[in-house]
Amino acid sequence: MKRAVAVFALLALFPLVMQSMDGLFYVSLASRILIYAIAATSLNLVLGYGGMVSFGHAAFFGAGAFVVGILSVEGVRSAWIAWPAAIAVAALAALVIGAMSLRTRGVYFIMITLAFAQMIYYIFVSLKTYGGDDGLSMPGRSTVGMDVNLRDELTWYYLVLALLALVLYGLKRLVHSRFGRVIDAIRENEARAEAIGFPVYRYKLLCFVISGAVAGLAGALIANQSNYVSPSLLHWIQSGTLMIMVILGGVGTLWGGLIGATVLLALEHLIADYRIGWVASLAPNYQDHAGLAIGIVLLTIVMLAPEGIAGLFRRRHA
Amino acid sequence: MSTILFLEQTLNGVQFGLMLFLLAAGLTLVFGIMDMINLAHGSLYMVGAYFMASFVQATGSFWLGLPLALGATALVGAALEMTLLRRLYGRDHLTQVLATFAIILIANEAVRIAWGSQPIMLNAPPSLTGPVTLPGGLHYASYRLLIIGVGAAVALALYFLVAKTRVGMLVRAGASNREMAIAMGVNIRRLFTIVFALGAALCALAGAMLGPILAVQVGMGENILILAFVVIVIGGIGSIRGALVGSLLVGIVDTSGRAFLPLVFSAFLPPQLASAAGPAIASVLIYLLMAVVLYFRPQGLFPARG
Repeated sequence: MKRAVAVFALLALFPLVMQSMDGLFYVSLASRILIYAIAATSLNLVLGYGGMVSFGHAAFFGAGAFVVGILSVEGVRSAWIAWPAAIAVAALAALVIGAMSLRTRGVYFIMITLAFAQMIYYIFVSLKTYGGDDGLSMPGRSTVGMDVNLRDELTWYYLVLALLALVLYGLKRLVHSRFGRVIDAIRENEARAEAIGFPVYRYKLLCFVISGAVAGLAGALIANQSNYVSPSLLHWIQSGTLMIMVILGGVGTLWGGLIGATVLLALEHLIADYRIGWVASLAPNYQDHAGLAIGIVLLTIVMLAPEGIAGLFRRRHA
Repeated sequence: MSTILFLEQTLNGVQFGLMLFLLAAGLTLVFGIMDMINLAHGSLYMVGAYFMASFVQATGSFWLGLPLALGATALVGAALEMTLLRRLYGRDHLTQVLATFAIILIANEAVRIAWGSQPIMLNAPPSLTGPVTLPGGLHYASYRLLIIGVGAAVALALYFLVAKTRVGMLVRAGASNREMAIAMGVNIRRLFTIVFALGAALCALAGAMLGPILAVQVGMGENILILAFVVIVIGGIGSIRGALVGSLLVGIVDTSGRAFLPLVFSAFLPPQLASAAGPAIASVLIYLLMAVVLYFRPQGLFPARG
């Protein structure tokens, strides 16, 4: 609890510090990171706590983004309508995809979730009315009324931060609830959970739908973040990136999604924005190749920290 | 819908399917024997195509460049296996996904550094640029016929290798029960380096042959990788026969879907709807096929594990 208060106090202070240093760009970057943290956290619920390795989470993330994008182009700009719609559509997609995918196990589950996500990707790419390959530009951010202007970067940041806090709090409550214990039991030993009498399939499906809904919320936010919805949000590389964030941050840990999203995205920008003298003297153009450095960092982490970054801070159980 | 068009699209489908098979064959063995998810397989395809472009330019000949590119990519594959991937076999699937995803990033940037960001042109051998007339009056690109020939020859050779030779027997033993194969004294480590180098060479062959038709560019491996995964899941993980049937199925369904679905739709839908729905459904078709196969045969069409 103390840790949570400290983390969120720091996150709340961050934009004020940045503003005094004239660094509003970093506030926008931070909002983006927090949105990805929500998406990664939603994946961590199924992947880490539920043990279901979904390789198609971009489907729900991107679907949420497209719902907001399409509604705004069609003139529905109110967040009170568009965001719940995004969450509902993502949850519905998760219900349909989950109902079919959860009949398979292991590697086949990974592949079938991937296949469904690719289907949704290609459907949106071929929707020429709504941008197709080029993506969809929105006329502006969603409106909430009550004299709150989401175009203001600070307001936007605090809204995203509040939603992340809500999601993390909800996740904590969920995994400690009876439902969470059952999900835990299913991950540890599915056959036993079934034998005790739990309707395993329905529990897993509900877990999958909740996760999809939260990913849809993150999608609604990412659409607003850049006022632009690209089909690349639905591409399998996006699913892979979310998965990397979770593995990097720590599978099945409360903070895993936030840590992973922060490390990955911040690293990307650090490499592009800060020129490190001794590296530059060896390789003058290294900043154009951020992927190389990120790849090397990821490989190093795989080899040295098998439990992700969160695992480094956890006390070893004797 | 004339017979000639139908024939042409079927040939295109077979051609695409055979190239997919070259990728899927290596992937399915890696997956089947070592239970390893290797996302970096598509990177070997990309590296192979780039090697091909460079060697063809250096030697001035398509046919000299091809074996050089294959050999170089096989070396890269073997080196990758011995330095990095070998350490991942015992780890869980998530770690493998993370590590091989990192390798994709590194490979993409390495290629960008070595060859630049612009797509590279790779030309078909000059003697094979024109069309040939097939029986039935179909004019078909001779280079595409060559691809079909090479693909079919490799498929046959691979079948012979896996079904009739000692190495093939060890590979099949490893795929159907790795622990038992080790207990019987099979040197799985060495076998696997060989399999991986062979898989890399097959990737390079696919990249080199498809290079003149598709663009040689960074990221070319990522989309075809997913298709290769679809193929091996349809065919059954670890089965070469399954990979062949799966590739042809995916190749033909994908190609003919793109060619004929818009025509079929325009027959009974208003034109505007048909032109939108046709391509959308066509690109979804193979994933639909995979979902249906998995629903009825969760282990794929030809399960390798008994």
